[in-house]
This record gives sequence, C-alpha cells and structure tokens, in this order.
Amino acid sequence: MSERGTYLYAVARDEVPACPAGVADSAVRTVATAGLVAYVSSVPMEQFGAEPLRRSLEDMDWLAGTARAHHRVVDAVAAVTPTAPVRLVTVYDGDEQIRDLLERRADDFLAVLSQVTGRREWGVKAYADPAAGPADDGAHDEHGKPGACAQKPGTAYLRRRRASLRGREQARRQALARADHIHAALAGVAAASHRHRPQDPRLSGRPDWMLLNGAYLVDEGRDEEFAALAGALGGDGVELALTGPWAPYSFTVVEMR
Amino acid sequence: MDRTTTGGPVVRPYGPPAAAGREPANLGDILERVLDRGVVIAGDIRVNLLDIELLTIKLRLLIASVDTARELGIDWWKHDPWLSGGDRELIAENRRLRRRLAAAEGHPVSAREVTEGARDE
Repeated sequence: MSERGTYLYAVARDEVPACPAGVADSAVRTVATAGLVAYVSSVPMEQFGAEPLRRSLEDMDWLAGTARAHHRVVDAVAAVTPTAPVRLVTVYDGDEQIRDLLERRADDFLAVLSQVTGRREWGVKAYADPAAGPADDGAHDEHGKPGACAQKPGTAYLRRRRASLRGREQARRQALARADHIHAALAGVAAASHRHRPQDPRLSGRPDWMLLNGAYLVDEGRDEEFAALAGALGGDGVELALTGPWAPYSFTVVEMR
Repeated sequence: MDRTTTGGPVVRPYGPPAAAGREPANLGDILERVLDRGVVIAGDIRVNLLDIELLTIKLRLLIASVDTARELGIDWWKHDPWLSGGDRELIAENRRLRRRLAAAEGHPVSAREVTEGARDE
C-alpha cells in the first residue's frame, strides 16, 4: 500500500448529504470537530508529494483536471452551506492534523464563514475590442483622399498612423475609465467586492482587452438586482460577462498556520 | 467559456451541481480561483502550493496580467519604429510631412493641431 496524505478542499459548518469525487478520483469524506466540518480525501503521495507535484503542475492537462476536481468538491459543498474554500493542493500527513487545525483556528474559520453566509460570489468581466475605433480613421483617409495617397504614399501612411495611435490611446483611456465606473456601480449593490487583475488572453481565451475582472459578494436576495445592473452597464463597445454563483473564493482569502 | 453579447451579460448560473445541462465553468476562471484565492494554510503541513515556486512563476505568467495598459497587451508603442526609442528625427520628419500634407490638401495646419501633435510626441 502506497503512502497516503490527507488533501483538504474546504471548511464549512455543516455536513452535506453527497459530494462528488475529489482529485485523483479519490472519495471525499469529512473530518468534524469544534463546530466545523473539513472536506478531505486521501491521496497517494507519489502524486501529491512536493517532488512529483513540481513536475505534474507543469503539465497543463494534469493541472486542469486537478483544478476542476478541486473546484467540483468546493462547489458542491458551497451550493448547500456557507463554505470557505482552501487553496489547491493543501495536503496533510493525516486527519489528526486537520482536526488540530480546526480546533486551533476555529474562531478564524467561523468569522470567515459568517461573512459569506447568505451571500454568493459573482464574477463580472468587462471586455473591449482592441480593433474598434482606430481602424476607421485609416480607412477613411485612404479612401477619402485618393489623390494625396497616390502622390505621397509615405505621407498618407504617417498621417493614418498618427491618427490611429491617437485614437487608440484615447479609446484605451475611455475604456479604463468605463471599467472604473462599472466596478463602482456593481460594488454599490454588493456586500463586498474585489477587483482582480485582468486575465491574460491565454487564460480568458479571448483576444479582447479585459478591462475589469471583478468579484462581488452579493446578498442572496439581491442576485436579480445585481444581474440586472450588470446588464444595464454593458454596451457601447464594452461587453460584460457575468459568471456565477461561485463559492466565495474571493472573500475567504486568509492565511492560517 | 463565457458567452457574451454586446449590451448585456448572458446570465448563466452554474447552479447546484446536480442541475441538468449545467456547463462546466471556464477553466481560466477556475484556475484563477483555486490557485490564487481562498484560505491559504501555511506552516507545518505536508505540502502546500507556497512551497512550489516553479508553479508560481509559470502560473503568474499565465494568470498575472496587470492593471496597466502595457500589461493589458496594449504595447503597440514598443513595436512602433516611429515612436519607440524617442527617435526625434523621425518625429520631426513626421511633423514636417504632416505640414506638407496639409498644404497639399489645401488647408493649413492649425496651431492647435501642431500643439496636439507635439504633446503626443
């Protein structure tokens, strides 16, 4: 029998009736003490030891599968009861250490859980199309002044180039100001909000500029109001994407020992 | 992936896991959350991500876009030979050409346009 560790997914106050499989297809179980319930599973250390992880975390497929499995468990628990998600790949020697953590840090966990009780996290991303705006200037010049272009193509190029750059810079400033406005409006409806760094296009899967990557902790009774507001704030070249509800990942960022 | 429309978000609640037709959440959004948010437990435990530096470096590259325009990928000036490196000769040439263009088109460059051009440069 290979060596096992105890992988921790999340901490809540209640047991949930059913939970999907965890990382490496392991069965998820609970460790309960001090009024808290930890969701854990036993994982093989030949996969989840520090050394093998250094290699396997470089493997995007492995990382994606593991991240999804972790999220699946967190999400299932959070759908039923207030939940504090724990960061990916937090592995203990055994259940006894987890019991110890819950007892030592019970107050901290309870404080975090009470902050997210009755609330859900929503994500709002705002995108602007980088091609919008400046392309028009160039096209207009080219076709609007055919004589000038034919005689002095270099000059026409410079002129278009200048107009294009100025247009882009202006569009960028406007878009960023717009993102500030959108965030402030959404934060006004939320109990808490957090503006994350915009995602790289490789992560977002979209070539557009991500102007806003916001997380909002919204009272359950105000979900519809929040979504309606998000709907009203889009338009004029800015697309908004609403995701969620999420487990409150963005509002349980605390470090414990 | 998020589905978006201009003018408003598409609300696609993930709902409880058992819900029929539920699409998996966007991988980028999941990675960002499970790697960078939630409770961090440090100290005397077997393994945690804080120990795994290689991962952080690599994932920061993937996840960590930043607030400024440059890091949003709006770095066109860096690759533009007409603007990069403070190439004053080219800029001056550009200004001269713009004046000539304006003259050829039959209208003088206004003082305001010249000023704006200078400020941009």
